[in-house]
Amino acid sequence: MLFDPGTGVFDAAMQTRLHAMAKRIEAALCANDATEVVLGVNNVMLIFNPLELHPDEASALLLRLWDTTDAVAIAEKTIEIPVIYGGAAGEDLNALATGAGLSVDEYVRRHSEATYFVACIGSMPGFAYMTGLPSELAVPRRRVPRMKVDEGTVIVGGAQAGVMPCTAPSGWHLLGKTTERLFDPLKSPPCLFEPGNQVRFIVKGVEA
Amino acid sequence: MITVLSNGAPNLVQDTGRRGHLGFGVSRSGAMDALALAIGNALVRNQPTDAAIEISLFPFRVRFQEDLDFAVTGADCAVRLEDTELAPWWGRTARAGQTLVIERPKRGARAYLCLGGGVDVAPVMGSRSTDLKGAFGGFEGRGLRRGDVLKVNARAPRPVRAAGLGVVPADLPSFWDELSSGLVTVRAIPGPEYPHFTDEAKKAFATTDYEVTPDANRVGYRLSGTSLPLSSPLELLSHGIVPGTVQVPPSGQPIIQLAEANTCGGYPKIATVMEADIWKLGQAPIGCRIRFALTDVDEAVETLRTRAAEISKVRQTLALMSQRG
Repeated sequence: MLFDPGTGVFDAAMQTRLHAMAKRIEAALCANDATEVVLGVNNVMLIFNPLELHPDEASALLLRLWDTTDAVAIAEKTIEIPVIYGGAAGEDLNALATGAGLSVDEYVRRHSEATYFVACIGSMPGFAYMTGLPSELAVPRRRVPRMKVDEGTVIVGGAQAGVMPCTAPSGWHLLGKTTERLFDPLKSPPCLFEPGNQVRFIVKGVEA
Repeated sequence: MITVLSNGAPNLVQDTGRRGHLGFGVSRSGAMDALALAIGNALVRNQPTDAAIEISLFPFRVRFQEDLDFAVTGADCAVRLEDTELAPWWGRTARAGQTLVIERPKRGARAYLCLGGGVDVAPVMGSRSTDLKGAFGGFEGRGLRRGDVLKVNARAPRPVRAAGLGVVPADLPSFWDELSSGLVTVRAIPGPEYPHFTDEAKKAFATTDYEVTPDANRVGYRLSGTSLPLSSPLELLSHGIVPGTVQVPPSGQPIIQLAEANTCGGYPKIATVMEADIWKLGQAPIGCRIRFALTDVDEAVETLRTRAAEISKVRQTLALMSQRG
């Protein structure tokens, strides 16, 4: 069940409130291992066993918790990601710069000077959806996703930025690469990022 | 222990999946055909959550290194223990040194080899399922190769009958007829963006066939058929998705998310295949046509309840037979 109060344009205060609400849902239903809460970007999904909790009751629960949750600030930690822009790993960089009406250097400057915010983790193990992409760099996702994008590839899609934590398909555009490891299933927590983190991309080089 | 005698990157250790880690972006994984795993585990009197081998590259051959109860369920395959042919969805006891061969399916895509006691691999994040995206869990986070030796949790064989026994779930005969005809129908609930599709798209989705393309794996199937346009473009913020979610990217060709569904997505969702019908998709091979029949939450919950009751009854009956020896 998807609770989706968003308007289509990212709202940071709403995200903070949803993050707080997600913690409350987990607390309210934690005894039940069939239940999972997935924080999205301005939305939250509840997975539950409909044989134990009727969908109407689940819906009422979500609305009740939303009405009584305030936007409690999340502790902000900043994580720096070194990036080599362009090259084979960033094969879309030239086209993206052209599309935005910018030189490659200017595109890289704007992408790396922005401060990003981890809205949620998802899609693949350890993948952080980051908001804060300058609006002039926003670009629709590809019409047809690529079947394979390498681990460490720095990408943008829609109004969001991200880094591939493993080699996987993606419909986003490729800017460059990093050597940071974002996910390790044997570590606790397994993810480098968590919702609420601030992220900065540090330019380590720009390849043709 | 069993020794794997055939290579098969898509042959994987799977259980009922990894719960509670979607928030880290970790997919559920687990058997693509949950019904086949449930009945297979019941036939060898395992716990429902015990791990089995999901086979999608054939022929698959293993040698038993000890006496073990086993069952083969899922796709309609010829199965031989040494020279003895086994009926589909059948379990019995193998002796140490015997070889089991599972041939390429006549119908369906995936077979399940369940072993009495369950495959003994270390759980990672609460499950023995292989996560191919993250390359962890299961057997070394990868598909099985010739020479791999899989441990099985220790348990003495407890055969009910020397010739073994089988179970045929209520929906299986009609489903195999569907597979023979090359057209599989699954019931789906309209998704959140359903109203944003054109009337023609809604009609095409519910009344025309969509073929499973070669871009089909445990994450999901890309389908090919009548294009499904939106009334106007829609760029969504990323949100949670589940196995069964039917997304429509700008190409207009739908994608069904399956066992290793991405935990988040951004494409408009025209529908969600109801949970109790997803097992059928796990058996739909490339080239198979899929038809979506629209339904509602009530039917989806009721079907799930009926299915859970059927599996529970099978488990009770087998337990009773086992006690009577």
